[in-house]
Amino acid sequence: MSFRPDHEIYRRRLGRNVGLGLTLVAFAAVIFGLTVVKVTESGPIQGYDHVVQPGLVPQEGTQ
Amino acid sequence: MSDIQALEQTIARPGEAGFGDYVALLKPRVMSLVVFTALVGLLAAPVPVHPVVALASILFIALGAGASGALNMWWDADIDALMRRTARRPVPAGTVAGGEALGLGLALSGIAVVMLGLASNLLAAGLLAFTIFFYAVVYSMWLKRLTPQNIVIGGAAGAFPPVIGWAVATGGVSIESALMFALIFMWTPPHFWALALFMKDDYSRAGVPMLTVTHGRKATRAHVLVYTILLVPVAVGAAFTPIGGPAYLAISALLNAGFLYGAWRIWQRDEAAAEADGYRVEKQVFRFSLYYLFLHFGAFLLEAALRGFGMGGW
Repeated sequence: MSFRPDHEIYRRRLGRNVGLGLTLVAFAAVIFGLTVVKVTESGPIQGYDHVVQPGLVPQEGTQ
Repeated sequence: MSDIQALEQTIARPGEAGFGDYVALLKPRVMSLVVFTALVGLLAAPVPVHPVVALASILFIALGAGASGALNMWWDADIDALMRRTARRPVPAGTVAGGEALGLGLALSGIAVVMLGLASNLLAAGLLAFTIFFYAVVYSMWLKRLTPQNIVIGGAAGAFPPVIGWAVATGGVSIESALMFALIFMWTPPHFWALALFMKDDYSRAGVPMLTVTHGRKATRAHVLVYTILLVPVAVGAAFTPIGGPAYLAISALLNAGFLYGAWRIWQRDEAAAEADGYRVEKQVFRFSLYYLFLHFGAFLLEAALRGFGMGGW
């Protein structure tokens, strides 16, 4: 007993879904790459992060 | 009939779009020219751009161009169906619904502009938004069906990509990017009028007031020659700016001599001669004009590469 072959419409829809999936993956990769570049190009980022960091405390006499 | 078969017959529209149909909506051939000229604008600029930012920016410029193509196909579906050259486009062929093309065009326009703004700068994003607006609204909706100058003014939309590429790198607009704009802007009319000459009655059947329809073929031939003559100083003049140089000048001189000769041959011919050889000269000039633009921008790229080795420019 053999299975009836799929209707052509399923192949077309599979192609459309795979194409859209790959497009979204590529889009996510571009966003990721841009984020990495933007963050690394903007220099070191420091914050207090709940602990006082002496390097971030303004020195007396400076504004 | 089984339930599955009945379901298939209900849901399987013969014209249902595949992924390729949506890609075709974005006019990939036009997009390739946009990618190339925008890339040249970006690389010819004196400010280096991080490769990832450059790649992303070019991608979003191309996406914006594709979006305007989808909007154009949505708006022009009625006349596209009447012309042999465009009848097989997804909307007139019935594979993609007009509303889908509109939705895709609007969505991709928004994504492209916002993402270009985030990837590079607001000026580049603003220029891309204006380019999409100019092509979809000013050219497609307004000028195309109104005036034989449609190609002349509408050509501005195709001329913006190198300006956007330049803006991505420098954050501004300058005489060099304006010259790249002028080169494409002046090249567009003779390029499309050569096409209109051998597309015969496509435009008249669709009621598009191309110059061949409103002023006749003889006048169109004269216009091809005059606009080519006007193009030459723009193209050659760019050699004497910071993005030009001796290599560009040599290439441009040869290409302009060839284009002028072709335009002169078109002007010399009458319809009987053109009909007799199947518009051979017009087709040759049309093909040559594609190489003309590609090689001019290739020459800008060559000069930029030579400058990288300390050799380009004057």
